[in-house]
This record gives sequence, structure tokens and C-alpha cells, in this order.
Amino acid sequence: MCGWLLTISLLLSSAQAQQRFITVASTTSTEQSGLFGHILPAFQKKTAIQVRVVALGTGQAFDLARRGDADVVFVHARGLEEKFVAEGHGVKRIPVMYNDFVLIGPQTDPARIGRQRDAAAALKAIESAQAAFVSRGDRSGTHTAELALWAQAGIDIAKQKGAWYRDTGQGMGPALNTASSMDAYILADRGTWLSFKNRGALAILVQGDQRLFNQYGVILVNPVRQPHVKQADAQAFIDWLVADDGQNAIGSFKINGEALFTPNATQAGA
Amino acid sequence: MNGLAAATTDALELLIAGDAKLFGIVGLSLEVSLSAVFLACVLGLPLGAAIAVGRFPGRRSVIVALNALMGLPPVVVGLLVYLMLSRAGPLGSMGLLFTPTAMIFAQTILVVPIVAALSRQVVEDAWQEFHEQLRSLGVTRMGASITLLWDLRFSLLTIVLAGFGRAAAEVGAVMIVGGNIDGVTRVMTTTIALETSKGDLPLALALGIVLVAVVLALNAGAYVIKEAAERRYG
Amino acid sequence: MMDAPSLLPLQLRDVVFVAGHRRIIDGITVEFAAGTRTLMVGPNGAGKSVLLRLCHGLLTPSSGRVAWNSTPATKAPGTPRRQAMVFQRPVMLRRSALANIVYALQAAGYPRAEHLDRAHAALQRVGLVSVARHSARVLSGGEQQRLALARAWAIEPEVLFLDEPTANLDPGATHEIEAVIEAMHQAGTKIIMVTHNLGQAHRMGDEILFIHRGRIAECSPAERFFKHPATSEAAEFINGELPW
Repeated sequence: MCGWLLTISLLLSSAQAQQRFITVASTTSTEQSGLFGHILPAFQKKTAIQVRVVALGTGQAFDLARRGDADVVFVHARGLEEKFVAEGHGVKRIPVMYNDFVLIGPQTDPARIGRQRDAAAALKAIESAQAAFVSRGDRSGTHTAELALWAQAGIDIAKQKGAWYRDTGQGMGPALNTASSMDAYILADRGTWLSFKNRGALAILVQGDQRLFNQYGVILVNPVRQPHVKQADAQAFIDWLVADDGQNAIGSFKINGEALFTPNATQAGA
Repeated sequence: MNGLAAATTDALELLIAGDAKLFGIVGLSLEVSLSAVFLACVLGLPLGAAIAVGRFPGRRSVIVALNALMGLPPVVVGLLVYLMLSRAGPLGSMGLLFTPTAMIFAQTILVVPIVAALSRQVVEDAWQEFHEQLRSLGVTRMGASITLLWDLRFSLLTIVLAGFGRAAAEVGAVMIVGGNIDGVTRVMTTTIALETSKGDLPLALALGIVLVAVVLALNAGAYVIKEAAERRYG
Repeated sequence: MMDAPSLLPLQLRDVVFVAGHRRIIDGITVEFAAGTRTLMVGPNGAGKSVLLRLCHGLLTPSSGRVAWNSTPATKAPGTPRRQAMVFQRPVMLRRSALANIVYALQAAGYPRAEHLDRAHAALQRVGLVSVARHSARVLSGGEQQRLALARAWAIEPEVLFLDEPTANLDPGATHEIEAVIEAMHQAGTKIIMVTHNLGQAHRMGDEILFIHRGRIAECSPAERFFKHPATSEAAEFINGELPW
């Protein structure tokens, strides 16, 4: 079967064979917001390296990289990123940019979470009203952030969730579609929300809380563990992302005049 | 239904505008699914014919298994192929993950049971009619299966189309093994899934209409060929 | 072909064929010699068609032996094939009349270079040259049966088996088929044919094999069979008193 596969791959990949490329495991939020479509052409023009983005939840993106199927991981879950590096799968975590999460809900606001800043208090109100809440439930960065928020609200969501808490196990977009169709509350990253079109009666209710800060980091997959990792090209991409060219490209990505991500590679401790 | 009417208009506009990106996606869809169907026929038609005319122990079990495999969930096939082609998997060193080749491989696995099971049925029915005559002429079972495949070529066309429909319509397998990479492995169905994720339901529906139109055109063409051929050959 | 030893006579010894619990052929010993036209007759379900298939090798006897000129049928030389069979319903492939004959020649093991000439000659002999390029399956029933005979004739068989070849045809087509069979006989082919049509058996038969309940009830020259049947069953059959 190997031979057979090789034959058809040779037959079909002639067009792609010459192309220099790296594979980046990233999150649905970055892909679906349109960020990559905005910044990658500039990188490819400069270096002739094609960046192939596979968009998954953050957890799946790490799994992919652990299996050796990606050269770079570009995600948003600092704790998981540091663990990934500590376990030796990644070389080093480098901060790139941030945006923030927003708490979205129906404009009628049945749980009366109001237009406040305190995200944890808002979640508490949703829980006590037993108002419908849609969770990603897919080990993504957004899911991880949501779980942390519940903990900060003093709620053990694993034990206290009821029929009102809908665990969808889906990407950001599908989860937003679900929330939109059932007028539920949901935690979303601002980028995906801004580019999301099927909003229905949903609107941003809570934003600006420090705890809603959403930092993105980039990691080169450890070439010692995964010898086929295209180290030079992948490093070139990472270097470009955190240098002026990349940072300016990220900052210039706007939807309806609103910037989706704020570059902060130079900021210490990000 | 207003949404559908609007989506149909959008679909027409997309096609008329001749968006290069859309045509690239449609082209890759066709390339992947047609290649998969071709390979599935190369494997599945002889397999189906051999089972139809063959007599061997466990034949009934093989038929039942083959029929059941027609319902193989694309996501499961996608996962299996992913685990095989992943760097950590047995064929990882070939670096085929997230390539059109991987997608063709996965769709081939999905389509082979359809082609084999349905052609087994068609060839077996014909074998009832032909087997005395063919054996009288001194034709071996092997020879008979090849003869019948050729003789039934127009009936088998319908099976090939069923296989193509399955390949072109599935999203679960190509999403996993292709990764839906923009410009590399993004096909019609994964684009539809992506636009749905972005909440752009009208665009997703319009793309769905384009997909149906492409499949419809292929089927119409095949139907005309089949009709003409049947009038000519009886 | 002439140098090869003759297939005939075809010898059956104590042949039994059992399907389920029924002994369809219940111990038949007979020898078919070259040259003559043997017609098998008998009531419905007597086992005629099964016997024909046992002779041709389409069925294998449950016990007993089938041999060609003392060589067991399983070991008889197969290439080129020197026996053919024409069925009640002609079965044609979806290709031209000519291609159907070429297919048979190829299957019989004739060299490729001879295919076209032989196929054309065969079509000529049955009067179907004008439809050589037509698809075989759109020909009329009578034409298809003549094509089946041409296909059989093309391989120049020593023996031709026929299983009620005219049962589905009108009198005109039946006449044409009988003429072709007669011509094959004249050319030296041994004819072994099952028929339901006593008139046909009378017209065409040199010898009559009367099968009854899986056994040979009577085997005699046609003239004698019809005038002085030796058994009461044969007499009843000729008079139309046994169920056909």
C-alpha cells in the first residue's frame, strides 16, 4: 500500500512539490477572524515560504503538534503553552499579540448581567438565573478561559452545570451559531465575534475585565523530538511575526474600522 | 423560503463573477473526488465482480460486510487515515498529511465499498443470465467477471456516480486529513463548513448550491451518455 | 483440427444427478457416435435438459462417468474447444454481432489472426452478414438465435448441443434455424438436441433418445421410434397422453 500511495502522491503532488511550505497548527479564532488571510501574503511574498494553517481548538492544535504534524503552534492558552514547552514538545513560547474575550448574550438579558465589567459576577448571575449558556466544550483556548472564569466566580461548573449549560464540543463559529439560535449567553473571542455574521439577537454584554484578556503565543515545535520539522523556515515565520513587519501587519487587520488584535511581542511578561 | 432564493441568487452571482478562488476550490473538489472515484473503481469493480462470480468459503459474510461498509462514517475513515499518515503513524514518513493525496486516499476508502457492493449486485444478476453461456464458451470465472464488467458498463456508470456523490458530498474525512488549508486542501464541503462556522449562512448555502449544480451537471452528462448507449447497444 | 484425435464417441456410464433429494438423472448409460443427429424427447421434467448439460460439462454428475472417446471429460483436451451449445434463449453480449463471434473464438483458443475471417464466414453461413456491425442485443429473437448458431459454428465444433433452440420462435424463424442445423450436420458436426416438438424430432432426428423419469426409456432410429415405439410410455408420449 505504501508503494501505491507513493505513486498516486507523485502523480498528484507535482504541482505542489516545488512549493516551500510550513504547517502551522492554530486556532479557529485566528483562522475564522480572517487574520491569516490578511497577514500571510506579506510573509509569503517576502520569503517565498507558504504557510499552511490548520485551524483547530487549542487543545487539538497541541495534539497535532505532539504527533509531529505541525512545525509551529500559534494558539492562545498560556498555561497550556508553557506546559507544552516544559514537556519538551516546543522550543520556546513567544508572545505575539492579544485580543480579549467578550461575554455575549441576548439583548433582552434574562439573567440581568447588565453592562458591567465584572465577568465573574456576570457568570454568577447567569448561573443563579439558570439562563441558557453555550460552552465550546472542546479544550480550546476559549474553553480554557471560560473554565477559569467559572472558577473565579466560585462556581464548580463540572458539578453545578444543569440543563441550562450547553456543552457543544464545537469551534467558535458553530458555538456562536448555536447561541444565536437559542438566545444563549456565550464567551467568545472578540475577533471571531467581529467577523461573525449570524448574530441574531446577540450582543456584547460584558467586556473590558482584566480577566478577559486573551494573549496569543507562538511556539516552534521541538526539532529534536520531531526531526522532520522545517526548523529554518518555521523560525523565519516566527521571527517575522514578532518583528516590525509582522507586528504592523497584525495591527493593521481591521473589521469595520476596528482592530481585532493588538501586537505585543515586545511587551515583557506577555 | 427567502433565504434559499437569496442564496440561489448569490450562487449564480458567484459563478458568473468567475471568482478564481471559487473555481480553484471547485477544481480541487473535482480533482480529489474524481481521483478517489477512479481509484475506487480500479479496486472496487474487479472486487465486486470477483465476489459476484466467485464461490469461496465465507462469501456471504464478505457480502454482508461489504454492504455494511457502505455506511462507513466519513469521520471514522478520516481519523483512521489521519492516524496512518500522521508523523507518529506508520506512514508518517511520507509526509502526506494535509495534502490532496491524503484526501484522495480517505475518499477512496469511503467509495470502494459502495462501488464493490453495488457492482457485486449488478454483476451477480447478470451472471445468472450469462453463466451457462459463458461457461459453455469455455470462459473462466476470471474471464467472465471481466466480460461482465465490460458488458454492464452502462449500468455500472450509475454506481460510479453514486460513489462520486458520496465522495463529493462528504466533509468529515477531508476535513481531518486535509486540514481545510486555504489554497491547498480547501474543497467545496470544507469551505461550506467554514463559512457556516463564520455565521455566513447565505454564502455557505450559495456554495452548497454550486456544489449541487456541479454534481447535477456530471450526473446529467452521464445520464445522456447512458441513454444514448443503451439505445445503441440494447 | 483434423489431426487431433476425435472427441467422439461421447460415453456416459451410470450417470446419476441428484438435486436436493430428487434424482433428476437416475442412472444413464449411453454412447453418442459421430455423424448422426440424436434428438432427445420426453415429458416435462424427464431430465432432458439436465442430461444435455451433463454431456456438455455444465453440470458434474453426482456419480457415474462422462468420457470423450474413453478420456474422462475433466481431462479431455480443452483448446481449441471442440464442443458448443445453443440455448433456448440466446444470450448475447452488449457488442456487435461480429464481436460476439470473435469473443467465442477467443474464448475457444483460436489464434487472433483467424478471428475476423472465421467470424465473417460464420455470419455468412447463417445469412447475417448485413447485420454484422449491429449490436447483437437489438436483433430479433430469430436473428439472435441464428447468431448463436453462427457463434457455435465459428469454432467448428465436433459436437453441437441444442436445448430447445426454437421453443420461443415463430414457424418462419424455426424453419431457418432447422436449416442452419441441417447445414452444420452436413458439414460433419454431431448434433445432440433436446426438443419439445415431435414434428421437429421427426423431421430432424436420425435417432431418438426417449427420456422418462431420469432414465433412457428408449433409444432407437427415428423411423422405428415413431412407427413402432418399443415401450408403452413412448407410445403414450407420441400420442400426446403424457404431460409434456
